[in-house]
Amino acid sequence: MVKKVLKALTGAECVAEAMRQINPDVVAAYPITPQTPIMHAFSQFVADGKVDTEFVTVESEHSAMSATVGASAAGSRAMTATSSNGLALMWEVVHIAASTRLPIVMNVVNRALSGPINIHCDHSDSMGCRDAGWIQLYSETGEEAYHNTIMAVRIAEHPDVLLPVMVCQDGFITSHSVETSEILDDETVKNFIGEHNGHHPLLKTENPVTVGPLDLFDYYFEHKRQQLDAMERAKPIIQSIFDEFGAIVGRKIEFFEPYMLDDAEEAVICLSSSCGTLRHVVDELRKQGRKVGLLKVRVFRPFDQNKLAEMIRHIPVVGVMDRSASFGAFGGPVFMEVRNAIADESQKPLTVNYIYGLGGREFTVEQAKQVFDELRQVRESGNPGIKVRTLGVRE
Amino acid sequence: MVNLRQLAKKEERLGPGHRMCPGCPQTMIVRLVTKATDSPVVVANATGCLEVSTTIYPFSAWRVPWIHNAFENSAATISGVEAAYKALKKKGKIDKDVKFLVFAGDGGTYDIGLQSLSGALERGHNFVYVCLDNEGYMNTGIQRSSATPFGAWTNTSQVGSILKGKQEFKKDLTSVVASHHIPYVAQASPSNVQDLFKKAKKAFETEGPAFINVLAPCVPGWKYPSEQSMEIARLAVDSCFWPLYEIENGKYTLNYDPGEKKIPIIKWLEKQKRFRHLLKPENQHIVEKLQQHVDAMWENIKRLSEN
Repeated sequence: MVKKVLKALTGAECVAEAMRQINPDVVAAYPITPQTPIMHAFSQFVADGKVDTEFVTVESEHSAMSATVGASAAGSRAMTATSSNGLALMWEVVHIAASTRLPIVMNVVNRALSGPINIHCDHSDSMGCRDAGWIQLYSETGEEAYHNTIMAVRIAEHPDVLLPVMVCQDGFITSHSVETSEILDDETVKNFIGEHNGHHPLLKTENPVTVGPLDLFDYYFEHKRQQLDAMERAKPIIQSIFDEFGAIVGRKIEFFEPYMLDDAEEAVICLSSSCGTLRHVVDELRKQGRKVGLLKVRVFRPFDQNKLAEMIRHIPVVGVMDRSASFGAFGGPVFMEVRNAIADESQKPLTVNYIYGLGGREFTVEQAKQVFDELRQVRESGNPGIKVRTLGVRE
Repeated sequence: MVNLRQLAKKEERLGPGHRMCPGCPQTMIVRLVTKATDSPVVVANATGCLEVSTTIYPFSAWRVPWIHNAFENSAATISGVEAAYKALKKKGKIDKDVKFLVFAGDGGTYDIGLQSLSGALERGHNFVYVCLDNEGYMNTGIQRSSATPFGAWTNTSQVGSILKGKQEFKKDLTSVVASHHIPYVAQASPSNVQDLFKKAKKAFETEGPAFINVLAPCVPGWKYPSEQSMEIARLAVDSCFWPLYEIENGKYTLNYDPGEKKIPIIKWLEKQKRFRHLLKPENQHIVEKLQQHVDAMWENIKRLSEN
């Protein structure tokens, strides 16, 4: 019998609650704002004996990811969390974790990368390692971060996947805001994630394995090919885990979550907390008779380009929101994926990219309205004009 | 005393077929150290000669579980493995006694891996860390590290008309590690097999972190004939450039004092072509400066061992 309780929790507390229920064997972590409240709460669980976890309080994020790799390769369930420069410092080992095919789950509380130093939200940290070989789930709310964290364990450890998963939520906006979240009972979560015994673990000493050997031009490419295949193979597996978990929590969980898209003349594609603002504006504009819609990206890696194309090909104009910049590129990371996904469609939307919210710059209702108004102009004129625009910045 | 004949019959944990240089003492050190415990061992290896030469995919010379993560993080990696072991033991998923061992070079220990090592020592993980100190970045083609001795030629401490090799003294890493006040710290040499084996055994028997710094002469990096590794190591010990000592729960013990037989540093230098410029009369002041430094360090270790 599944029991659910409503709790007033911050996004960070939601993730800590998921971690308590997952009860990982090893958690290695290092402080960085705004990730720290996750580890504060988890440390309390350790101190109160509410988890069996070996909590390794390392001396840097580089060591956090390194110890997590060691723990996962040993055959244990291992987790960590970080933000911004912490993720940047891990960078080297983030790639090693994925290519060693270790099912690590890491919560990333999105924060702008230095420099200049800034503690507030944008997606430059996680978007910067979108090619690292990790599955990336983005969360609109604390409750979604809670759900994503639990599902991430199952996704990562699936024998046909074996890839690490990054669960992202917006720094401060989500991590430090209290909202009502529905929390499952411990037993349900425990049963959902199941037992983990590792794959060719180091600690099975009677069957010694060599992990992380030198891999030159004669085999490296084949191993990269296997990683590419695993990402592709993960797509239906992720959806089936979404379906299974969705049935427990009573929600439809998808790679791309549509809102009022069917008859939309203008739609916006976005991820994480800004989707809440956009949905509110969609509702307001719909009341005025405007046919507008929203598509929320929940899974950015692997990116299901076919599904996306199917969902947006009929819409005349689509605005793509990027909370990070790709300097020197044609638009931000989400824009590039969207354009790529629809490139071969005979009928496709005109697209406009909005770089917004960098360094925690507030994304307002007015900005969201401005986006829909500009998209309408594009539709009416049939001319996208400037394709990559900035939003809410002083000129 | 360990019976070497019996030790030779003990199961090898690093097998043949690897691609280390002829004459390299590292494999001998690794074989000896891994035989110093009867328990299962998990090895973490930093990037370096040993790592690249023993695990060229799809081959591996290792007969124990082995992990290479990156260059600077072998101590953090073994921290994770050891934490996993504790967690799984607590849950009853594992019941055997397993030892955790790191092999890393001086680059991976004195320099880029120092922070990771320091963190793991402070946290008190139960592991043995063996530094194979060949006094430079030999795997990448002989560059200076903070373990390279004063006056030594490397590709990044060249001998020219103005500069004559490395301008700085070797970092005293063993003292840095000792400052963490871990239960066991030692310095050893492959020339003194009994001493090295005994130290490895003590390290494995230690509860908590144990560290052994082992001098590992390098044929291509130090530039001497491949059959002379053990002699070169012995001269480093007899010149007191590399004192053999151990620190058990803070107590220093000098394991070997050549006494009257202490040889001048030049006897060690002259065997290695990385120091050949120091044989020139105009560079004698460099040799003298190095000798003074070696003598001061030696007197310090002797003084610490008297208490």
